[in-house]
Amino acid sequence: MRRTRQTSEARAGAGFALPAFLLILVLLLAPLAALLALSVTDYRLGALTVRLVGLDHYAALFGDEVFQRSLRNTFLYVALVLPGAVFGGLGVALLVHARTRTRGFYEVAYFLPVTATLVAMATVWQFMLHPSLGPVSALLAWLGFGQVDLLNDPSLALGTLALIGLWQVIGFNMVLFLAGLSAIPRELYEAAALDGARFGPDRFLRVTWPMLGPTTMFVTITSTITAFKVFDTVVVLTRGGPLGSTETLLYVLYLEGFQYFRTGYAAAMTVVLLVFLVLLSILQARVIERKVHYA
Amino acid sequence: MEPLAARSTEPPRGSAAGLSLRGIAKSFGRTRVLDGVDLEIRPGEFLTLVGPSGCGKSTLLRVIAGLEPQDAGSVVIGGRAVDELPPPERDVAMVFQSYALYPHMTVAANIASPLELRRLSLAERLPLLRLLSPRRRRVMREIMAEVRAMAAQLELTGLLDRRPSQLSGGQRQRVALGRAMVRRPAAFLMDEPLSNLDAKLRVHMRTELAELHARLGATFVYVTHDQVEAMTMSDRVALMEAGKILQLGSPAELYDTPADLTVARFIGSPPINLLTATAAPDGCVRIAGLALQAPAGGAVTVGIRPEALRIARAEAPGLLAARLRRAENLGAEWLLHAETAEGTPLAIRLTAAEHAAVAPIGERLALRAEPAGVHVFGADGRRLALRATAELAA
Repeated sequence: MRRTRQTSEARAGAGFALPAFLLILVLLLAPLAALLALSVTDYRLGALTVRLVGLDHYAALFGDEVFQRSLRNTFLYVALVLPGAVFGGLGVALLVHARTRTRGFYEVAYFLPVTATLVAMATVWQFMLHPSLGPVSALLAWLGFGQVDLLNDPSLALGTLALIGLWQVIGFNMVLFLAGLSAIPRELYEAAALDGARFGPDRFLRVTWPMLGPTTMFVTITSTITAFKVFDTVVVLTRGGPLGSTETLLYVLYLEGFQYFRTGYAAAMTVVLLVFLVLLSILQARVIERKVHYA
Repeated sequence: MEPLAARSTEPPRGSAAGLSLRGIAKSFGRTRVLDGVDLEIRPGEFLTLVGPSGCGKSTLLRVIAGLEPQDAGSVVIGGRAVDELPPPERDVAMVFQSYALYPHMTVAANIASPLELRRLSLAERLPLLRLLSPRRRRVMREIMAEVRAMAAQLELTGLLDRRPSQLSGGQRQRVALGRAMVRRPAAFLMDEPLSNLDAKLRVHMRTELAELHARLGATFVYVTHDQVEAMTMSDRVALMEAGKILQLGSPAELYDTPADLTVARFIGSPPINLLTATAAPDGCVRIAGLALQAPAGGAVTVGIRPEALRIARAEAPGLLAARLRRAENLGAEWLLHAETAEGTPLAIRLTAAEHAAVAPIGERLALRAEPAGVHVFGADGRRLALRATAELAA
């Protein structure tokens, strides 16, 4: 009697879990399996024959200078964007949070770049940064930097893209930080005040920063992933140039897969990209999580 | 260079300060929350602000703490007007209803927080920069010694390395108290500190707080909506309603001579029985076997405490007739719930011996009142001074 009831409950439970399981299988696990399968073949888009090549693609990646360069560029780009994305977003959120009547205006203003399509906005940036027509170049010239072509100078192009990436992500992070700030109990600030916290840094270090821990962790991880996947600005503004100085992982992957149709090779690159993203997320979650959750 | 935090002079240890509030008024938008409150709190006194929610008691506490600026009036703590001073410089500590402990800090760090903020300069508190200060080490050692002493006093010694989330409600409460006590402020402000605890712990903490007050000899200003807390712990109680203090006095004064119908209704459990009556033109009110001599004729409200109602042996004219609805056995005493012919509910408190003689449920009761527990209020709700009270034959 008891036994049959247990099995029928188990069957019902499995039935409830089935739709979610199927969706995960079809939408997440199957494509991942296909990706892994493709990465060990020499499949080219439209090819009639497929040959297993084992780990040849992965081995080739280690000797591929373009890939290596794109990896370096991507990490450099992430390193350039991340601090500004997190601390800039926090700084803007702190300033906007303190506004009362003008808060709505600033929220919208900072959030606009997030809602605008980056490809469309990139054309605006192209004009802004144009060496002879753009106001930014004119400003730089007026400031005495001479004729600077931000997008065509190999030493400046990646940094310029990073600034555009920062411009886009900061508003999004601001919104996340604003939500985090609103969730901090006012009584903690009052308790700090009665304890004797009379300076801004005391309130920030004792209450704001620790209480924003979970938000900061989330912002750091999402910003890292966003920066890792930089693509639109590269395609529209530089096409990887000048001299490959802005070739990023996703751009090279796109070239291999959709321009040269070397699908198998591109799949191997995608696997590497995924491994990086997963490792980064785990690392950050492990390191930070231990420090930010107090409950 | 003088450390920034050392500017505020710490008062001599263990000295309790008196507080005076003069004409405190405060409005939020168009709502008047405090309506000219005057209050003198003596040094070392346990004063409770009690009243229904929205009566302004918490706002008054926050005005004292400096968390809320008043619109008018003045706050004087220990003879010093503090109206222009921010909360850190008012030398008061506050215990919040939610405790407001720092969730990311250990118990030790929470208790140490007020001392760190007061004894270390800003530079000595900043990360990295603080490593440059040779003084910091020494000061922190002193602070941790005091924290351990405080923890021992509050039985928190074994919990010093825990975080607030790992503590029970009662333990968190004690940490909040420790954080307030450790710097020996001139006065303690407590905003409903017991209301998040379960009933049993609340009773226990009432005793602990009263003992703590006796031991520290400090000034306590305590806010609660629970009249039992007010009655059991306080030296004096200020009963507030609609931003005003209706009555200020010892718990016994509030219970025995309520100045206002609201006070009579708020203090006492079960609440006072209220009957409407009419005074004859000469001011005589006849009710429950009593002839009360009010100053003038007209409609009055007669309040009779549950323990002042007694069961008469037989029905007689002039006694209060009621029907017994329910009887609750509280062990040492009984609580009877009855209803008059007009449908007014009555509570009667009897000893077990007295209850033995009571008729069964559903039967008629004849009730007389003992004069000491009877209060008469005029149409404006104010207490009427009785010129004479005579007991009719019972």
